Amino acid sequence: MTSKQKLVVIGNGMAGARVVEEILARGGREQFEISMFGEEPYGNYNRILLSDVLNGSHEAEDIFLNPLAWYADNGVKLHAGVKVSKILRHAQQVEAEGGIVENYDRLIIATGSLPFLPPMDGLTLPDGSDKPGVFVFRNLEDCRKITAYALGKKRGVVIGGGLLGLEAARGLQNFSLDVHVIQRGNSIMGQQLDDPAAAILKKTLEGLGIVVHTNRDTRAIRGHDQVTGLEFKDGTRLSCDLVVIAAGIKANSGLALRAGLAVERGIVVDNRLCTDDPRIFAVGECVQHRGQVYGLVAPLWEQAKVLAAHLTGADADAAYHGSKVATKLKVMGVEVASMGITEPTEEGDEVVQFTEAKKGTYKKLIIRNGRLVGGILLGDIRKAPYLSQAYERNTPVPEERLSLLFDIGAPSEEASVESMPVEMQVCNCNGVTKGAIMGCVKQGKRSSKSVMEATRAGMGCGACKTLVSQVIAWACGGSTDEDPSANFYVPGVPLTKPELIEAIRALGLKSVSSVFAELAGGKEDPGSKPGLASLLITLWADEYVDERDARFINDRVHANIQKDGTFSVIPQMPGGVTSAAELRRIADVADKYHVPLMKLTGGQRIDLIGLKREDLPNVWRDLNMPSGFAYGKRYRTCKSCVGTDFCRFGLGNSMGLAQQIEARFQGLDAPGKLKLATAGCPRNCSEALVKDVGAVAVEGGKWEIYVGGAAGAHVRKGDLLCAVDTHEAVLQLSGRFLQYYRENARYLERTYAFVPRVGIDKIRAVVVDDSEGIAERLDQSLQRSVDAYQDPWQEADTPATANQFGALLSIVQ
Amino acid sequence: MEVTLGPITAIPRGEGRSFQIGSAQIAVFRARDGGVFATQAECPHRRGPLADGLLGSGTLICPLHSLKFDLSTGQAVNGDCALKTYPARLSETGQIVIDLQEAP
Repeated sequence: MTSKQKLVVIGNGMAGARVVEEILARGGREQFEISMFGEEPYGNYNRILLSDVLNGSHEAEDIFLNPLAWYADNGVKLHAGVKVSKILRHAQQVEAEGGIVENYDRLIIATGSLPFLPPMDGLTLPDGSDKPGVFVFRNLEDCRKITAYALGKKRGVVIGGGLLGLEAARGLQNFSLDVHVIQRGNSIMGQQLDDPAAAILKKTLEGLGIVVHTNRDTRAIRGHDQVTGLEFKDGTRLSCDLVVIAAGIKANSGLALRAGLAVERGIVVDNRLCTDDPRIFAVGECVQHRGQVYGLVAPLWEQAKVLAAHLTGADADAAYHGSKVATKLKVMGVEVASMGITEPTEEGDEVVQFTEAKKGTYKKLIIRNGRLVGGILLGDIRKAPYLSQAYERNTPVPEERLSLLFDIGAPSEEASVESMPVEMQVCNCNGVTKGAIMGCVKQGKRSSKSVMEATRAGMGCGACKTLVSQVIAWACGGSTDEDPSANFYVPGVPLTKPELIEAIRALGLKSVSSVFAELAGGKEDPGSKPGLASLLITLWADEYVDERDARFINDRVHANIQKDGTFSVIPQMPGGVTSAAELRRIADVADKYHVPLMKLTGGQRIDLIGLKREDLPNVWRDLNMPSGFAYGKRYRTCKSCVGTDFCRFGLGNSMGLAQQIEARFQGLDAPGKLKLATAGCPRNCSEALVKDVGAVAVEGGKWEIYVGGAAGAHVRKGDLLCAVDTHEAVLQLSGRFLQYYRENARYLERTYAFVPRVGIDKIRAVVVDDSEGIAERLDQSLQRSVDAYQDPWQEADTPATANQFGALLSIVQ
Repeated sequence: MEVTLGPITAIPRGEGRSFQIGSAQIAVFRARDGGVFATQAECPHRRGPLADGLLGSGTLICPLHSLKFDLSTGQAVNGDCALKTYPARLSETGQIVIDLQEAP
């Protein structure tokens, strides 16, 4: 075995520790002997939360990311509380206080930044020592000093109205101080906000008791032996007992400069984060890349990944190309999100804006060529996750600009991930808490898929997947690893749905095993099988080669598996209409097979629960009713109200229409299950507005068709697709919609997710107005599937496989 | 102790079935590539019938809550539990033979 290379990291802040984590995650422990130097005498902590420590909402120990034990556990030697004094490049050594010397093969500088002190008089005592009452705000020790001094003081002033300054001001309020903020320029948070937004924020802050002074340039800090006040360049004065200077940061690059490395505003690095010495790398706030110096955490994480990929050899082509940074923050309880430019800079830049000053809400987006180039959200930042992503990935934004600013008719946003308690259950099916996800991320799983697989979060009903992803992203600090399989139709075949469909058609693949053989190198991913089967049925209808091992157990035995391995049987009952004779027959079956539970379903049918697998064929024969398909990702049922036959309000024959719908769509496979309903009048007794497809009779002999509704794990009112005159038109247009959904939705994507993803306008254009000229083809494809319908319960007499209904086989000698 | 369970054709390709062997129940799987595996019949998580799971490339997914197991080791891929596995093979005449290691 070759001996390990020596890797030394100077700096144990968020950048230094993260890069080491990334290196370890790529197997770096085998390659490197890692030593770290940190000036602060403890492990690594979350500097972003410093203001929470100052304001008392967090204890210092709450914000630690890696305690000292973490370093030992991972074989990392940490010199905590040791300041590096020199880098000796020729000797490849780092020299630190107390005579400590470490040799290096590779060196990473992650020294972060220092507070910027604007030139002013009286900053220090005449002998150059610190003036009591003057502080900076950069680390835990600063917090401790401010806390100790603030006690019993009357007025605290923060110089600097940027993000850090406002955070410091929030902290000072905790000490019952009268808090003032001094802003040199016209508006606070000039990096993130435009003038109107800054004015609204200023007002909000003043409502919270903070006095904001704009256009005040500090000339001097007054007081002979301690702070007594400030003097400004316009001659005015403000008395105070305590000053926190938070006027910005500068790269901490002195060590690199003294070592002779190229330093401008920061340590100059290339796309591999390498300095002009090929053995020395740098990351974080101390770095200058393509002329940019970053003061936020997201770029640092991107840099850490690239650097780790290089050093470990995991990806020699990894390159850092700079960061587009969208920030989300909370200033004194006011939520702010900001990205890109704050004012339009080019002709043709489109500005979309909304102001409700009274509520402190301000939203402004700048769109160039259909893409987001800047945005400010103040007060209401529910759209921030979507907008940040659109900005960072440069994806086109919807034509309907209003929907960029507001959720119209969509479910309200989940509670903010950050404020969610650790013990809160995120996935209610599998009982996975926010804390469990955080733990999994901490163990090095950094993609949504890997965390979901390891914790099974989001693997139940799937309704929480978005939230789970948000929690994972948050736990990863905003940047999850791109999981290439996220865009695949199924994880086991590396193709998107359109690519997969094209390949299946081109190669004429009609069975799941042939897809694995031709498109996945023969590797059969069991979790991908049902999704492939569903797609192949949609594409080939009667030509599909049904390999039962590709189907979930429910579709092998045409019943729904229960927790004890028994099955539930639901016969077809179109429109929820039954008869005395049918009910008698069902009752006889229940008696004969000792059915433990009979239950009316939400879809207006009767469920016989707890049947043994080997009894299924006889149960079906005795029932003499077709399968109701109450299992599987298919058309399930169409609920209806009484309609015109008896109801005195009925406007349309909802019962008759429901029966026609069932006769047409019975057994239809789809990416997700399909629950439909018809309502005879707008009272909607059958809840047609919250179904995958719902038809509602309205005055004037018309039917309104709603699509994309849901009232299960997720609740959503369907979108109005169109209004039509006849039952035939309802069947045709809802069928065309279903076929479009079958061909374009991701596997397991219900219509409630598919419709808003594609957009009802687009769907209406395709389905109703035939904008793509595919309506006829969609109708034909659907007809082919309709024609391929077979009642699967006929397999009672013609089993599809050996021992299809054999639960427990005995030994055959 | 080796036990012959009967012809492999009792199990459809790519599926599994449970066998009653004395007082024990054992799930046997017939992979599409010809491999044969045998494990305990019930999922250690919530007693799901493993023979009804989805099978592929040496991995099994329990039908109840999607726990995933490596059939060669029995170890859960997404959980803390493990399955008891039994050496299994096909005889020259296509009979399933499993080694119970101890009498059932």
